[in-house]
Amino acid sequence: MTEKLKNMLEEARAELSGASVLEEAEALRIRLLGKKGQLTEILRSMKDLAPEERKALGQAANETREKLEAMITEKVTELKQAAQEAKLKAETIDVTEPGIAQAPGYKHLVSLVIDDTIDFFTSMGYTIAEGPEIDTVHNNFDALNAEPNHPSRDMTDTFYLNESTVLRTQTSAVQARVIAGQKPPIRLISPGRVFRCDTPDATHSPMFHQIEGLVVDEGITMADLKGVLDKYAKHLFGSELDTKFRPHHFPFTEPSAEMDVECFKCGGKGCNICKGSGWIEILGCGMVHPNVLKFGDYDTEKYTGFAFGIGVERIAMLKYGIDDMRLLYENDIRFLSQFK
Amino acid sequence: MLVPVKWLREYTDVTLPAQEWVDGMVLSGTNLETVDYWDKEIENVVVGQILKIEAHPDAAKLVVCQVNVGKDAPVQIVTGAANMKEGDKVVVALDGARVPGPLHGKTKTPGGDVITAGKLRGVESAGMMCGCSELGFPDKIVPVRDKDGLWILDDECFVPGTPIVQALGIDEPTVDFEITPNRPDCLSMLGIARESAATFKTELRYPETECKNVAPEKSEDYIQVEIRRPDLCPRYCARVIKDIRIAQSPWWMQRSLMLAGMRPINNIVDITNYVMLEYGQPLHAFDIRTVKGGKIIVDTAKAGDKFTTLDNVERELSDTTLMINDTEGPLAIAGIMGGLDSEIRPDTTMVLVESANFNGDSVRSSSKKLNHRTEASGRFEKGIDPNLAKDACDRFCYLVEALGAGTVLTGDVDCYPNPKLPVVTKARVSRINKVIGIDLSAEQMIEYLNGLEIRVQQQGDTLICTAPTVRMDLNIEEDYIEEVARMFGYDKLPKTLPMGRSQGGLNERQRFKNLAKDTLRALGCSEVMTYSFVSPKTADKVNEREKSYFRQFVKLINPLGEDTSVMRTMILPNMLEVIYTNMSRKNPQVRFFELGNTFIDLPNTKEPGLPIEKDALCVAMYGPNETFYTLKGVIEQLLSTLGIQNVWYRTEKFDKRFHPGRCAAVEHDSRQLAVIGQVHPDVAAGYGLDQPVYAAEIDFEMLWETKKEAVRYTPLPKFPAMTRDFAMVVKEEIEVGKLEYVIRQAAGELLENVKLFDVYRGKNIEAGKKSVAFSLSYRAADRTLKDTEVSEINTKVLAALKETFEAVLREM
Repeated sequence: MTEKLKNMLEEARAELSGASVLEEAEALRIRLLGKKGQLTEILRSMKDLAPEERKALGQAANETREKLEAMITEKVTELKQAAQEAKLKAETIDVTEPGIAQAPGYKHLVSLVIDDTIDFFTSMGYTIAEGPEIDTVHNNFDALNAEPNHPSRDMTDTFYLNESTVLRTQTSAVQARVIAGQKPPIRLISPGRVFRCDTPDATHSPMFHQIEGLVVDEGITMADLKGVLDKYAKHLFGSELDTKFRPHHFPFTEPSAEMDVECFKCGGKGCNICKGSGWIEILGCGMVHPNVLKFGDYDTEKYTGFAFGIGVERIAMLKYGIDDMRLLYENDIRFLSQFK
Repeated sequence: MLVPVKWLREYTDVTLPAQEWVDGMVLSGTNLETVDYWDKEIENVVVGQILKIEAHPDAAKLVVCQVNVGKDAPVQIVTGAANMKEGDKVVVALDGARVPGPLHGKTKTPGGDVITAGKLRGVESAGMMCGCSELGFPDKIVPVRDKDGLWILDDECFVPGTPIVQALGIDEPTVDFEITPNRPDCLSMLGIARESAATFKTELRYPETECKNVAPEKSEDYIQVEIRRPDLCPRYCARVIKDIRIAQSPWWMQRSLMLAGMRPINNIVDITNYVMLEYGQPLHAFDIRTVKGGKIIVDTAKAGDKFTTLDNVERELSDTTLMINDTEGPLAIAGIMGGLDSEIRPDTTMVLVESANFNGDSVRSSSKKLNHRTEASGRFEKGIDPNLAKDACDRFCYLVEALGAGTVLTGDVDCYPNPKLPVVTKARVSRINKVIGIDLSAEQMIEYLNGLEIRVQQQGDTLICTAPTVRMDLNIEEDYIEEVARMFGYDKLPKTLPMGRSQGGLNERQRFKNLAKDTLRALGCSEVMTYSFVSPKTADKVNEREKSYFRQFVKLINPLGEDTSVMRTMILPNMLEVIYTNMSRKNPQVRFFELGNTFIDLPNTKEPGLPIEKDALCVAMYGPNETFYTLKGVIEQLLSTLGIQNVWYRTEKFDKRFHPGRCAAVEHDSRQLAVIGQVHPDVAAGYGLDQPVYAAEIDFEMLWETKKEAVRYTPLPKFPAMTRDFAMVVKEEIEVGKLEYVIRQAAGELLENVKLFDVYRGKNIEAGKKSVAFSLSYRAADRTLKDTEVSEINTKVLAALKETFEAVLREM
């Protein structure tokens, strides 16, 4: 019997060493240690032995079982590991191949500048006002203090539907609407399309975008105008760039100004972008003219305000060094996908 | 406004280097266009005098000149020019000289051309004698006699050997200032000088106007003036000059005009232009022989009258055109152009100089009707102070005398019925400070204003300001706020942020729009932007049906062209153009959207008088992987993200913009939200598209209306759902949408969801039929459903499908 146990161990050792798959080890476990296995059989046959002998043999059989179990378990672990390694190896891929995804679409460059501006001004408590692209001569000119003979009213400058209706030439038309319909405090910007009779070329388009800004409240000063627009310019082009305010003239503001920003290409030294001056004209602005505020019946002694207007395409072209405005309306995906 | 700095010094001191002076002017409000340095590409060029001209031994068209260039011995220069004679003074570029060019018959070299000594047909030539253009003067400002050949320096001031920059006095630049329409006073040397004097606190010097040796005869003995339309001619001032000697102007005057962009003609014309540039007041000289009856009558023409202007064009007049007449007929169109007959001629001996003020609007409308604008008409249109007329007239006479061009008669004839008085405005010190955001003293403000020749009287907080009459822009308190602000310096203003707080941000609709755009981008669609105006032919080009809403175009009365003559009613045509651009450039695949305004020529109830204007959204795509279903997937995801549920895709066979077998109308309740489909192959072909394009035209307003009906909360289920899956065989043409509809009808309220999970054609399925598999889930809100209950409903569903579509249940 002892001999049998010994043989069993030998047999297991030999068989396990040759085993290459998990199933072989499992089969061996059943054959040796299963309910009908060899060891069980030996234990069962012990009932005929003397108690002394039974005890000794029982002890030996248990030792053998433990050894066998240990041997098999060790082998099983080893084979499982090998199998896992083989599987992982088989599943190896080339991680340098491109990923698979629905590529997202791109924001149009004009939207990029508008949204950037909206983010800046809404964070400072501004709302977004909207107005129609077809508007009245009153809102586009009269209410903005444009002289009855102002050349911008000519049919060579402005698209007309009839004598009292135009494609708005400026987002300032929204200013007129807001002032007529709202009471201070007002803090808004109004981005949108505007139209002028210009034949398309590298720097002109009959349709382009502007962003209007209007603030009316008690105690608004020119210094406020300067502070807000300086921050905006730094937001758009970089905090290291300085701004310069120059007197200018617009019918709807008095005093009026233009803001230049230090050339972001050369940093003010002078280059082809800034035509050697070191400065680039960015926007027009000023304190809202009392003739404009009067359309809202505002108490102009109490309320003052500032307004500004910025050309979106111009900013986009300057910021990204685009030399032909027509690219913006051609919508070639190779162009659109460059701006993120 | 071209301002030669050297000329400006006549009226005020310019103490800073040109560039710094310009920077100061810009900051005080006179904006810069360009600065032109005349001397920047001139080196080693001097005045020469031709001593001797001899024939070239070997070239008939060349001559050999001995030229005194201020050295001990003359230099020898060979030239092909022929307009000079011995004794003439000329411009000589010596060996190694640089001239701006362009050289004769060539184009301009950046940086100029270098001249070297050499042999011309075997004869030594030590340099080059130059024409005007070789010295960088553009043709349009060069005197006619100097346009071709050498520039003959016909003035005693030129001394051989003097460097040319010094001799010509072109060592200072011309500054081109941008003058805004509110400041026509700055379209003059005096106006710019006034700004410069105020900015740099220098003195302003007015030109001399008083003649020293006037003839005893009086102007009024020769001429009378009658203004019949004082509304259109507030002032008419005239003087008479006799013994006119037409000649060339001295170089200093020619230079001033040339550097200011005007061509010198002769002394009388040059003085007219010189004074116009000095004061901004146009003058006109008539040959007094042609003024019949000794009388100037200012009156409007009769409609249909004809008049030949000095450019020899016969022009038809209207009854609003203001004319200068004599007792017999017209002499000039007031403020626009003189007549051919009254022009100054070489034999003119006596002239009448007119310095008048004409109404700007009247000149503008006449000049428009005649389709003729001149320097003078442009100035009248912008507005001229009538108080300038007499000074300018006297200045003209002064210069005539100074240049020896004639003898001025005593006195003038000045018809000025309603003299213009200065405007007096009250401005408060406190208000000025409050609006600007600074704290200046009244004294400081008064100093600034006095610098601009504004007289100020202070009464406590109030400044009573009297503006010079040339400053027609100073009428209200705000105008003075600007004057103080710009003289203080915008650059010195503090930068502050407005007081007070307010809630900013986007409104619900703006956020909704952004969500739509963000979602589309996440689904791979790039945003495009196209013109709001299109050709009216676009409706035909996309096969839009007759009498469609989309044919109600808003029309422009002055479009740039037919192609942009109406406002778009939908975005699809623009989108197809964009698709064409991309397809024709071999971009393999694109997904695009545009969200923008469209316009319908129907009354807008919210905006009386304006047409309907509304947002539309167009989505389009092409590429090897795109199908109707990839487009539909994008639209489904979009609508779902926007919170629009229960959408029904109805087969649409009649929208001819789309493929009749691949088009759906997207509906919600009874509203149509969109039409989606493959663009009709005929339409695609019309746009040159050779691959299938899938597009959706979406009524964005409708999406918003639909969305606004608030999304309501549904409690989460407390009881389990039971599902039933089945497949059935139906005819190919039965749409799954219709099957789903019948399932929902038959199943009733306990049906929670229907999901199509398979459509199969092929093996085991009869040809012309398909197997469609659905998974139905049932649930009650208040209890667990019984198996039998669900089976009963499911049986009803199957029966309804069998009855409606002859659907046969398929074993699973």
